[in-house]
Amino acid sequence: MKKLLENRNVTGWLMVSPLAAVLLVFLVMPIVLIVIVSFWRATEFSIIPAFEWDNYAFLFGSPVTYAVFLNTFKYAFITWAFTLIIGFTVAYYLAFHIRSLTWQVALFLLCTIPFWTSNIIRMISWIPFLGRNGIANSTMMSWGVIDEPVEWLLFSDFAVILAFVHLYTLFMVVPIFNTMMRIDKSLIEAARDAGANGAQILWNVIIPLTKPGIMIGTIFVVTLVMGDFITVRFMSGSQSANVGRLISNDIALLQYPSASATAIVLLATVLITIGILLRFVDIRKEL
Amino acid sequence: MTLKHDLELVDVTKRYGSTVAVEAIQHRFQPSSYTCLLGPSGCGKSSTLRMIAGHESVTEGSILLSGRDISNLPPAQRGTAMMFQNYALFPHLSVRDNIAFSLKMKGVDVKERHIKAGEMLELVDLTALADRLPDQLSGGQQQRVALARALITRPEVLLLDEPLSALDPFLRIRMRGELKKLQKELGISFIHVTHGQDEALALADEIVVMNDAVIEQAGPARDVFNAPKTRFVAQFMGGHNVISLPNGCFAIRTDAVTVTAHKKGTLSAQVMAVEYQGTHVSLMSHISGDQEVTAIVPEAEYFTTPHHPGDQIGLHWDAKNLHPLTA
Repeated sequence: MKKLLENRNVTGWLMVSPLAAVLLVFLVMPIVLIVIVSFWRATEFSIIPAFEWDNYAFLFGSPVTYAVFLNTFKYAFITWAFTLIIGFTVAYYLAFHIRSLTWQVALFLLCTIPFWTSNIIRMISWIPFLGRNGIANSTMMSWGVIDEPVEWLLFSDFAVILAFVHLYTLFMVVPIFNTMMRIDKSLIEAARDAGANGAQILWNVIIPLTKPGIMIGTIFVVTLVMGDFITVRFMSGSQSANVGRLISNDIALLQYPSASATAIVLLATVLITIGILLRFVDIRKEL
Repeated sequence: MTLKHDLELVDVTKRYGSTVAVEAIQHRFQPSSYTCLLGPSGCGKSSTLRMIAGHESVTEGSILLSGRDISNLPPAQRGTAMMFQNYALFPHLSVRDNIAFSLKMKGVDVKERHIKAGEMLELVDLTALADRLPDQLSGGQQQRVALARALITRPEVLLLDEPLSALDPFLRIRMRGELKKLQKELGISFIHVTHGQDEALALADEIVVMNDAVIEQAGPARDVFNAPKTRFVAQFMGGHNVISLPNGCFAIRTDAVTVTAHKKGTLSAQVMAVEYQGTHVSLMSHISGDQEVTAIVPEAEYFTTPHHPGDQIGLHWDAKNLHPLTA
């Protein structure tokens, strides 16, 4: 027994086993179960264990699937673009314009304050603001900018993307800020010494060196938006759909096999997207 | 005297809030020479260099290069180039692109950039490593890349901020030889900030010793070492005893002090410690007034008449070797 414990391989395996066990039970097993269920047969009133491709055939045979996947990508892409621009700007300001570390930390914590309330509350709080008779419309009318309430503010793609950007920008700020803080300030002086102006420094030094952070933020935002269903439901007033809503509707109708099949396709899509992203940037140095 | 490549500091002052980092310093750097700014950390030498480079604003006074006032110009338009302490190479760019960076900023096209970078690579003997990334290079190679990157801008003055401090001792000695050689080849001025007096003595045509925001002494390396004007310079350059005698304060080189038998020298002393240092023996002794005097005795001479801690000895020196100190 003593000899066994002295073996480096055995201690190594023992050390990884708790985490491996947790991942096995809470990550691998559920996914395996979902894969299994996705091949089951379902009728209106029963679910029968089986191995058939009906669920997938139905999924890929329906034009709704393609429309919904396209919509999901649209949300992900637009949200990504906005969170990237806002997140990069905020991180840049924090990392390069705020000189003292105390202020950097203080302002960074300020960014996290919205996270003290739940996603749902932050989402719902937009409703009185954006509604037909909400604060935004009444303010604009009193200023004379518009004559009658703008209809597309709430329960529209605009509202969905606004909520997504609001909810997820911080996931872009944090990794970008983290990467920027590791950029040696003397590199910027060296660039200036070589005659680079502000825009050239941004483009030739800061952006290339921030790429890993941008990529990590991108992965956060894309996976969160693609897997979301509640934001789309609330903010679009059930008028738009994404893949998450497809799955949640199936579950509401107790169509577990169909929901599982959709989930597996979504999982594969997200993994492929991340796989493609990782081909562009090496994020290992950041981890 | 020609004005070309002539760098002059006129009453240059740097303040950070109420702290004075550099106080009204005045200096004319010899054209085409190797100058070392020497001093302990916090003496203002780095601030001075950074002001010349344009990375730090000048609070008062002006910096003149080749007859024009460059104090308020952006770094790239001054005719200076800086080599940073940790080299500050761009980690995402290859050696060639690092060197060609300033040309890219000027909008020079790729082909010409690569030709010019190739010339620089040849100058620092790194042609074979042109496609490597900085973190695939050794410290000495990184330093040569940083040098090439600074030199490609054809500066009139190259500013080096503690360029050797990141290297191990062996490499440091080799690289300082290369720096000196390069300076001779290019015929431009090098201004090198260091806190190591041995480095300054080995490299510099002229040494500028700074302490507490002011220049303590400036002059050719031999003059500064052999005739220190102040107590600080004598102690910082090393190899000197600083002693108070009835007629004032003096510096005397440790190797100008000879050890004699008791009562035979000009002064009597008591041996405190003896250190064998290979080629010579360093003998620490106390003279009256609780002052410490170190004598360097050639190794063979010491061992013919050895002294031990506690022994009474005599010390002797030529009066002409005493240098009066002003402060």
